Amino acid sequence: MTTMTVKAPAIGSFFKARELGIVLALVALVGYTAIGNPRFLSGQSIRDILLNTAILAVMAAGQAVVVITRNIDLSVGSVLGLSAFAVATMMSANPDLPMIVALLAGLAVGAVCGLLNGVLVRYGRVPALVVTLGTLYIYRGLAYSWAGGSQVNADELPRHFLSFANDSLLGIPWLVLIAIVVVGGVSLMMRNYRVGRELYAMGSSPPAAELAGIKVARNLLGAFLLSGALAGLAGVLFAARFGTVDAAAGTGYELNVVAAVVVGGVAVFGGSGSVWGAGLGALLLTVIGSALAVLDINQFWQQAIVGALIVLAIGADRLVAVRLARSLRKRDSHV
Amino acid sequence: MSELRRPGSRRALGWDSIIVALTVVVLIIASFAVENFGTSRNFTFLALDLLPIALVALPMTFIIVTGEIDLSVASTLGFTSALMGTFWTHGLSIETIIPLCVVIGAILGAVNGFLVTGLGLPSLAVTIGTLAFYRGLALVVLGDGAVADFPAAYTGWVTGNIGGGSIPNVLILLVILALIFGVILHATPFGRSLYAIGANAQAAHFSGIRVARTKFWLYVVSGAVAGLVGVLWTLRYSSARADNGAGLELAVVAAVLLGGVSIFGGKGTLPGVLAGVVLLAALQNALRLEDVSGQALNIVTGVLLVASVLLPNIITSIRTTWQRRRLRSAAAH
Amino acid sequence: MTATQAVLDVLDVSKSFGAVAAVQGVSFPLYAGEVHALVGENGAGKSTIVKMLAGVHRPDTGQLVVTGAPVDFAGPGDAKAAGIAVIYQEPTLFPDLSVAENIAMGNQPLTRLRQIDRKAMHAAAAKLFQRLGVQLDPTRPARGLSIADQQIVEIAKALSSEARILVMDEPTAALSGVEVERLFAVVRSLREEGAAILFISHRFEEITRLCQRVTIMRDGKHVCTDLVADLTVDDMIRRMVGRDLSALFPKQDVPAGDVVLEVEGLSREGVFKDVSFSVRAGEIVALAGLVGAGRSEVMQAVFGVDPYDSGSVRFLGRRLKAGSPRAAMAAGMALVPEDRRQQGLVMELSIERNVTLPRSRKLARLGLLLGTAERDEAYTWTRKLQTKLGRLTDPVGTLSGGNQQKVVLAKWLSTAPKLLIVDEPTRGIDVGTKAEVHRLMSQLAADGMAVVMVSSELPEVLGMADRVVVLREGHVAAELTRAEATEESVMYAAMGQQVAAS
Repeated sequence: MTTMTVKAPAIGSFFKARELGIVLALVALVGYTAIGNPRFLSGQSIRDILLNTAILAVMAAGQAVVVITRNIDLSVGSVLGLSAFAVATMMSANPDLPMIVALLAGLAVGAVCGLLNGVLVRYGRVPALVVTLGTLYIYRGLAYSWAGGSQVNADELPRHFLSFANDSLLGIPWLVLIAIVVVGGVSLMMRNYRVGRELYAMGSSPPAAELAGIKVARNLLGAFLLSGALAGLAGVLFAARFGTVDAAAGTGYELNVVAAVVVGGVAVFGGSGSVWGAGLGALLLTVIGSALAVLDINQFWQQAIVGALIVLAIGADRLVAVRLARSLRKRDSHV
Repeated sequence: MSELRRPGSRRALGWDSIIVALTVVVLIIASFAVENFGTSRNFTFLALDLLPIALVALPMTFIIVTGEIDLSVASTLGFTSALMGTFWTHGLSIETIIPLCVVIGAILGAVNGFLVTGLGLPSLAVTIGTLAFYRGLALVVLGDGAVADFPAAYTGWVTGNIGGGSIPNVLILLVILALIFGVILHATPFGRSLYAIGANAQAAHFSGIRVARTKFWLYVVSGAVAGLVGVLWTLRYSSARADNGAGLELAVVAAVLLGGVSIFGGKGTLPGVLAGVVLLAALQNALRLEDVSGQALNIVTGVLLVASVLLPNIITSIRTTWQRRRLRSAAAH
Repeated sequence: MTATQAVLDVLDVSKSFGAVAAVQGVSFPLYAGEVHALVGENGAGKSTIVKMLAGVHRPDTGQLVVTGAPVDFAGPGDAKAAGIAVIYQEPTLFPDLSVAENIAMGNQPLTRLRQIDRKAMHAAAAKLFQRLGVQLDPTRPARGLSIADQQIVEIAKALSSEARILVMDEPTAALSGVEVERLFAVVRSLREEGAAILFISHRFEEITRLCQRVTIMRDGKHVCTDLVADLTVDDMIRRMVGRDLSALFPKQDVPAGDVVLEVEGLSREGVFKDVSFSVRAGEIVALAGLVGAGRSEVMQAVFGVDPYDSGSVRFLGRRLKAGSPRAAMAAGMALVPEDRRQQGLVMELSIERNVTLPRSRKLARLGLLLGTAERDEAYTWTRKLQTKLGRLTDPVGTLSGGNQQKVVLAKWLSTAPKLLIVDEPTRGIDVGTKAEVHRLMSQLAADGMAVVMVSSELPEVLGMADRVVVLREGHVAAELTRAEATEESVMYAAMGQQVAAS
């Protein structure tokens, strides 16, 4: 019994250690880069990094929730594209619409896409990997058949929509503010609210969640809806930031989002990890990209590093799990 | 949960016959309804287009049958293509480069295999990681440039037809490999063991099947085939580029699942998979001839992919409900 | 005690899975302040009843009545809301969540902002543990808890949801003597507080000590419901089995031959330690002990599906390569594993493929399996074992438990082994097939095969074995000859000193 109580904080501190590890890696990376090139810490540079992180972090928050339930949403890049094109088209046709309508429209487009994913996973009993691989094609195809090769250019979009990406409140850009609110809000929901703990429970042991009377269907639909809606929101942010939108917007983003989540410490088999860890993962990936540019290292290394980080992260998770299992087995043998 | 899934297994076995039939129907309709679809010239294009997907789908079928997945294949293809360009500009002979690329593909596959079987990491996450990693290495090797001046004898063979007819030379390669893979999967003890591993790895282990070793070699083969396809791709377009074949892994997985292979492993046939490949390629080809945007075809691909799992499930649940209702009414009387 | 109205009435419920009728027309009442035993052999339908009460299965016909009102559970949530808590044989905790969260899941105390009040949640869990008289840290994750502690958490879960009806499915199967006593104390105090408890167990001494009423089931049907005080253990067994016990275990006496298997000093850290025994041709050696004593683990290490750290396995005098089932099979060993569904068979594959799986290499011609070799082989062996089946191409999952077990036996007997290891050979199969399996094992031994049988069923051990090796917590606690082996001597060795105290 005494060994058990000693063990408990060790496990608890691991999960915190993961996020701490990312923070330390960030500090080291930023410090090293800044020494090599002090411009890395200039206001403009930091601003760029944060703006680039924002879109990824918003999507990573939704993806983290889905992965925590032991599922995956590969359709987010396509949802971003569909939403970005839909909102850009809407805003160019109705330049007087306020920004909030654009944001809500993006959320709504994404929510519908996410809900369809959830329905197919839960009621169609089709694995999430297959469903979202399918809807990755479907949503992208919808965007293409709608756009038909055309694109919405920056000069067609209302000024207030484009300036949203650069405007700030109290010195913090709106995009960053939105990302902070999303990551913070979803973290809070997952940590301190019943529904969040139920989502962890569902990923930790799906059969036990059914037996415990958790409303698995409702929660699962909610998780996919959230992931879709946030990808839709990211689409609006994407359109505002880059101004030019075609049907290919966000192609391949799903890979970066999954990478951010996995590097951020969310276990691919669900049940553990945190949303703000995923947010940190998004920040780390973005900082690596910027640092490479600043340090004059071949830009092409970035993707290789992202890939290596993913493998490293899951390898580290596995190592800890094996160690833990071994120490528990040894402990049991002394009973 | 497994009890719910099991009744579907026999019907899911039927899905591959459905897809073969559907493919034949689509081919027939298209050759009548779509202008130029039935021409020998178009046949050549169709065959060349489906070749990379079909080749990569062969080992992918094996891997998915064992319940794993390899999403890094297209990046392996890209990496070998980039290497091929680099080797060529460094003056290696093409006869050296080609086997070298296949071997390097196999080594990349072995890395996947080691991570999955040696360290016991989930293959989905591992190969998403190596998808990014290998593509990144390809970019590091060749940047965003291209190497184009490959010997005409080789590029000519890859794009050429048998005896100047309408059957592409490379189709022979596909036919031979498909036969070998088909016989191995459906008529050897090794093939039997793949299904056992996918349906229940523990029971397979208890029956003396070397689960980890088998999976490891499947990844090696998958990497080698991806390396070979990297070579063929480069020669066909006479262009070695780091981004060659980007996104191909999704098309391959879609075709394999569409062909009736279960993502959970243990189910599926090679004829079904080949039909899935042909169906997707034929649809794409026909729609392009009809001037429908190739990208809009994404919708068809996605719908077919989801339907390939959804429809058998729906049929099963209707049958179960029906059976239960009959039992209930029988009990009431 | 008001025994007039039952807290729960099970009324004439039936449930079928496909063609198999798991439960047919079973009725019994549960009263407040009573522990009610539900007994029957494996496969008698107890688990199906439990799952109906848990809201996992809906009865095809019949009704559940809770305090006079008919109920229809659409899911486990409904059963929970009706005040029924189920503690499964294998606890259903969330390994990644803390113990306190596991207990509170679904009704966590909330702050004014509807956030979870962690402090209150931990305090509540600590209070429950105090009431149950155990020391557990509410903040530790559930991963890594021993089975006994997991069960305590499950009970705390039931208490926190203020369940009036507690269903316990073989809670003592994996517990040591001390842990059983602790559990009993908890159950008694719950009973005194007025809970109605349905208690499922295979151990008759537990039923006579703890329970007031007993319902006996056989082959999915209700046999009787009586006061425990009115029945002897023999009565219960007879009604449960439905025939004379002695006829079940026809072990023939065979002179033992050469030593086939020698296990020496086999150890695996944390699982078993220094295990030694040997088996001769024509002998049946039983490995007895409690669940979790390491019996299956030892035999799996011998066969090579699990690794071992030190020691040796010699087969017909030659040392066997460790960790290689293939080497063991080539030497002439076969293992019929404990868990038929997970280890013995590939449920989705056909009967034919399952039977020929270990031998497909031998059946191949030029490396190919083209002709009817597999089918012929499967036909021969399923016929030999009188397996009832439709077509050989049907998935093996469509067969009944007993016939599935015959397919596993066919699969391994077709490899013509010199040593057959059978782990829980008759678990979950009907009485008739059970006798067939026993007769078969006896016949195989008589034909000169060496047999190792791992079994939790004491009558089976005593009836079949020439020698009994008893394991306790991974050690060999005793090796008994047929003459020395009695119910008392085996249980004494299996449980250690604790049994004497009770």
